[in-house]
Amino acid sequence: MSKINLLKPNRENINLFLALGVLFFSLGIIDFYLNNFYEKNITGFLPGFISFFTPLIFGMIGLHFIRIEFSGIKKLDELNKNINTSNFNAALSFCIILLLIFSIPPLLNWFIFDANIAGDTKEACTGGGACWVYIKVWFNRFMYGMYPNAEQWRVNATFIIVLVLMGLGYFFPLRFKKYLTLYYVIFLPIISFLLIYYLISGGEFGLEWVETGAWGGLSLTFIVSFFSLIFCFPIGMMLALGRRSDLPVVKYSSLTFIEFWRGVPLITVLFMSAVMFPMFLPDGTYVDKLIRVIAAIVLFEAAYTAEVIRGGLQALPRGQYDAAKSLGMGYWRLHLLVILPQALKLVIPGIANTFLALVKDTPLIFVVGLLELAGMLGLAKTNPKWLGFSMEGYVFAGIIFWIICYSMSKYSYNLELKYKTDR
Amino acid sequence: MKLKKILPQFLTLLFIVLIFGFFTMNAQENMDTRGIEFGFGFLKQEASFDIQFSLIDYDGSKSYARAYLVGLLNTLLVSAIGIVLCTILGVVIGVARLSPNYLINRTASFYIEFFRNIPLLLQIFFWYFAALRALPMPEDASLLLGTSYMTIKGLYTPAPIWNNFDVFLISLIISLVIIFFFNRYAKRKQEEAGIQYPKFLISLGIFIIIPALTFVFGGVDLQWSFPELKQLAKTSFTYEGGVGIPPELIALTLALTLYTATFIAENVRAGIQGIGKGQKEAAASIGLTPGQVLKLVIMPQALRIIIPPTTNQYLNLTKNSSLAAAIAYPDLVLVFAGTAMMQTGRAIEIVAITMATYLTISLSISVFMNWYNKSIAIKEK
Repeated sequence: MSKINLLKPNRENINLFLALGVLFFSLGIIDFYLNNFYEKNITGFLPGFISFFTPLIFGMIGLHFIRIEFSGIKKLDELNKNINTSNFNAALSFCIILLLIFSIPPLLNWFIFDANIAGDTKEACTGGGACWVYIKVWFNRFMYGMYPNAEQWRVNATFIIVLVLMGLGYFFPLRFKKYLTLYYVIFLPIISFLLIYYLISGGEFGLEWVETGAWGGLSLTFIVSFFSLIFCFPIGMMLALGRRSDLPVVKYSSLTFIEFWRGVPLITVLFMSAVMFPMFLPDGTYVDKLIRVIAAIVLFEAAYTAEVIRGGLQALPRGQYDAAKSLGMGYWRLHLLVILPQALKLVIPGIANTFLALVKDTPLIFVVGLLELAGMLGLAKTNPKWLGFSMEGYVFAGIIFWIICYSMSKYSYNLELKYKTDR
Repeated sequence: MKLKKILPQFLTLLFIVLIFGFFTMNAQENMDTRGIEFGFGFLKQEASFDIQFSLIDYDGSKSYARAYLVGLLNTLLVSAIGIVLCTILGVVIGVARLSPNYLINRTASFYIEFFRNIPLLLQIFFWYFAALRALPMPEDASLLLGTSYMTIKGLYTPAPIWNNFDVFLISLIISLVIIFFFNRYAKRKQEEAGIQYPKFLISLGIFIIIPALTFVFGGVDLQWSFPELKQLAKTSFTYEGGVGIPPELIALTLALTLYTATFIAENVRAGIQGIGKGQKEAAASIGLTPGQVLKLVIMPQALRIIIPPTTNQYLNLTKNSSLAAAIAYPDLVLVFAGTAMMQTGRAIEIVAITMATYLTISLSISVFMNWYNKSIAIKEK
């Protein structure tokens, strides 16, 4: 046994240092735990300022003791390499561990252990945690808005059919692959529009008519983002081509259009579609609120899409243009067959980000009085029978939006990897 | 060949003219039938509505133009605070994202994935309607850091009371001018003779010492007025003295900062990762210290990658601050495009002014940033 130097933990006395380190580390954790959850300060005899920092001091001493280079224990070496390389690093790691201890138990309690889910009145919520009864009771409203309960199968049916049609593209036989773009850009939107017009809106074929004001909840979020996505893409592409055109009038009008929409917030655009746009139409014409909103979002997002696509166009080397021209291709053939397929591949992440932003912007349509998920929450929260559950509502909506957006971003990441071609 | 160039342009022009003509004609007709006349004269009329939170002197007897100014200043205030805070947070998180420390790295990426995938409006609602509503009433609030009170009605902090504030301001400007000239001198010395001054320390010294001197010689005086609890009615309390920061502003700033910081963090990470390893090694091999490597080699190059997308985020933050209307923070959209429009009914003029304002802010930030970007760009010979 060699001499023990407490400042320099070494391999010879590894057992002693490990024991000391674990002891101090757990002392720090226990001190913190008792302090926060049982309001007992075991180091209370020290002056206030020092006793406040004791958990951190203990933890750092503990981590210092187990920081033994080449200890010979694989797990310990890995641990040291990952969270414990220096005193500074150890302090940060320990702070994060404390933060986790501080936040996870109360959160779990609120979410699961103290929460209520049985029953269907406000009185069923007795625990101190979340009241999921509220979500359960209002679930239909959050999904379908004011859409009549008996007719909700129509919304479901429409979404299922559209999803199936979207998935159909995967099973196209190889012979028809070249029509895939045509199918997605032209046929699918038309079919979806007809479905929404005849099935969700109704009024014909013996289906009861449901006005757009009654649509709402998450289904409205999907409808608005679906149509905005479909329309903003071709318009954005035209604008991007227009901005790179040699013709001055085309170029500067595209430029002005793009810069205008990019310079104003979406909320003012929606205001415009709500209050200013009717003034621009002949007296007596009425355009449905939902259509106005979708048009506003399409114009707004098309400008952003255009800029993203322009980035892809600029990234292509000149040689591609020259080669295509030397084959005698005209403007449209050159762009459709050579330039755009390559450029679009480059901008998949950017486009995906724009689409994500679009989905995240849909709650803004509350400005014109359309209530999608966030709007319905606002309505439910003011219901006198269910006061005081805004937290549950927003957490619920947050989780749903998070799942949608996170899966979209992961999907776009996979798409990016799939289409990545080395140049 | 000529026709091929002229025809599309002509068609575009025709399309634009037709659409604008159609809209203007209809607008003219609609306004005629409703007896409204287009014009901005209403801006001088008395606004006769109150605004909860205002940086400048305002009440109902002031004009609509003044109300517009109040809204604009509130928008700029929340944007400025948001930009400063989200830059700090974004840089910290972005650097943490690159940390070799597993826990820090994971925490940072969890933060980014969590906050960027939830709609901003939902986050604002969450802070305003759920989180801040859980705060205590004014009479139950406890002291925060010995000076402030955090209550359901907002944050009450001490307010500074200045004597001869203008002297202090002038001294600040003078010290900035001196720092500017000193830095130029130091740079010239370094280029000519290779002498290095501790620029940062000296600048900091000048910045602290000169304004501090005004307290001794310039008659500048600073006192703090602390918030004190005052009873209005039997169950109604408020704080007097100090500055009251409304909960709307707090919720909005929190949400904007937390949301935008995730994007800035990703920019910072991408910027630092975008610098090749060779740069670091080359700099180290000519004998620079790690601090110098970071300051003189990595950061100047990384900033070139970081700044353009970050500018976009600043613009987004400014535009997103218009979501304030959803929680009744009196920003430009709420005051002007909301209340003022309801009262005057002048949809076209007011929406046009609001949009023009945002366009001006956006364009001027991007012009400034383009200039800055150019000034730090690589100067190739």
